[in-house]
Amino acid sequence: MRLRELAHARTGDKGNVSNISVIAYRVEDFPRLAREVTAERVRACFPGLTIGEIVRYELPRLGALNFVLDGALGGGVTRSLALDAHGKCLGASVLDMEVSDA
Amino acid sequence: MTTIRIGAGAGFSGDRIEPAADLAARGKLDFLIFECLAERTIALAQLARIDDPAKGYDPLLETRLAAVLPACRRGGVRIVTNMGAANPLAAADLAGRVARRLGLSGLRIAAVTGDDVVAAVRGGGWRVEETGRPVAALGDALISANAYLGAGPIVAALDQGADIVITGRVADPALFLAPAIHSFGWAMDDWQRLGCGTLAGHLLECSAQITGGYFADPGYKDPPDLARLGFPIGEIDSDGGLTITKLAATGGEVSERTCKEQLLYEVHDPSAYLQPDVVADFSQVSIAQAGPDRVRIGGGNGRPRTGLLKVSLGLLDGWIGEGQISYAGPGAVERGRLAARIVEERLDLLGIACEERRAELIGVDAILGPAAAAPVPREVRMRFAARTATAEEAEAIGAEVEALYLCGPSGGGGVTRSARRIVAMVSTLIPAELAAPQIHLTEV
Repeated sequence: MRLRELAHARTGDKGNVSNISVIAYRVEDFPRLAREVTAERVRACFPGLTIGEIVRYELPRLGALNFVLDGALGGGVTRSLALDAHGKCLGASVLDMEVSDA
Repeated sequence: MTTIRIGAGAGFSGDRIEPAADLAARGKLDFLIFECLAERTIALAQLARIDDPAKGYDPLLETRLAAVLPACRRGGVRIVTNMGAANPLAAADLAGRVARRLGLSGLRIAAVTGDDVVAAVRGGGWRVEETGRPVAALGDALISANAYLGAGPIVAALDQGADIVITGRVADPALFLAPAIHSFGWAMDDWQRLGCGTLAGHLLECSAQITGGYFADPGYKDPPDLARLGFPIGEIDSDGGLTITKLAATGGEVSERTCKEQLLYEVHDPSAYLQPDVVADFSQVSIAQAGPDRVRIGGGNGRPRTGLLKVSLGLLDGWIGEGQISYAGPGAVERGRLAARIVEERLDLLGIACEERRAELIGVDAILGPAAAAPVPREVRMRFAARTATAEEAEAIGAEVEALYLCGPSGGGGVTRSARRIVAMVSTLIPAELAAPQIHLTEV
């Protein structure tokens, strides 16, 4: 199944860093989220982009993961040539990830 | 236990006006906050002030204040805003004129200054965080340096009876933390409560992003009536407990899921959210639905502040020129790619120096970059953008895209073009003592 069935996401930006939260609709799905949605699998959602280090933070109480993508915004919101300089469109792509059904 | 009600009247400079007017009229608020100062906005405001010393504040200040002031005056709602941008004194002056025009008197207006630290950072050994190079080496390219002030000067202005507090750069959550400190007399080393107040500010500062904006995904998340979104209200108690809600008969939703998304918005390490007043810790936050459009937030915490202030540095960094043109029907992708190659070659022929160039097809690879396999779209929009040293070179980018009408591939339409000056933002850290906030109180 696709991650979109399990979780929702929001993208934020600071300078040249993007953060994408991935939040389980049901907190009880958090262990599956934590197992499946690794930093490496998030990187694989963006084969066409150059991204530096990706750090994952876990918030089991909220059923959420927070991914911090360094160097993901083409030099930063204020000078990037990108169409979506804030990277606000990025989070939705993570929800396209295939995850196991159980 | 006493509780204060704080409304968020704007989450960015272009935010909707009516939800704030609605909050002022029906919200039974104690405070109404307008957060309108994005990272780059203050540098652009500095440029406006250089052109005209009477300007440099938020261009919508007058409109926003006029929309809420009579109701705020009637209801005793006090206003805190960073719409002063690069010129809080001129903004406070304008606020006074707006009040007089509306026939309001006895209003106390405070301007907070002291965030402008450009003189302090030009000297000394400060380094740019992003590059490690000395700030002093930026020379004339440096057009602004604004420290993120904490809640202190806003608290002082409220303590002095200000009905409207207008600041330049302050940490966004501090706009909300300050009214709580003022109302409850929290100590500036009560880290747990300062952490809770910062949590409240962080959740509220983007207005509708916690009431159903930046959220809808049809079939999965369907908050109702987005054209009439209500802006949020935070009910904060003297121990730092928080309930987020919104007005009845407004669109959107306040739910656990909207609150969770906003909790992590623009956060890196949830256990260390660095602020001028406190290092807030969101890692143990609890979020629970307490009723329709009412969510109870607990578990905020904090640790001692670092003693350093982040300073946003605005740099003149050349120009960006851009042009776009559309193609449709069979071969649209190929014609779009050919168009990009032609512009590329033309810029070389003309000797237009570019620091960086970027060509893409909107609908194919503009957001996510190239993909191994992608469906063939019925229409595409070729976008060519480049960074240049001069305005003339930036104009040439759009001109070459426009020339594709007659000299490019078949069926190119709908050209748009632009050239804009780049004010890039970088940052440095300075000891908090180097910023000396001042409060200027006037009564109209």
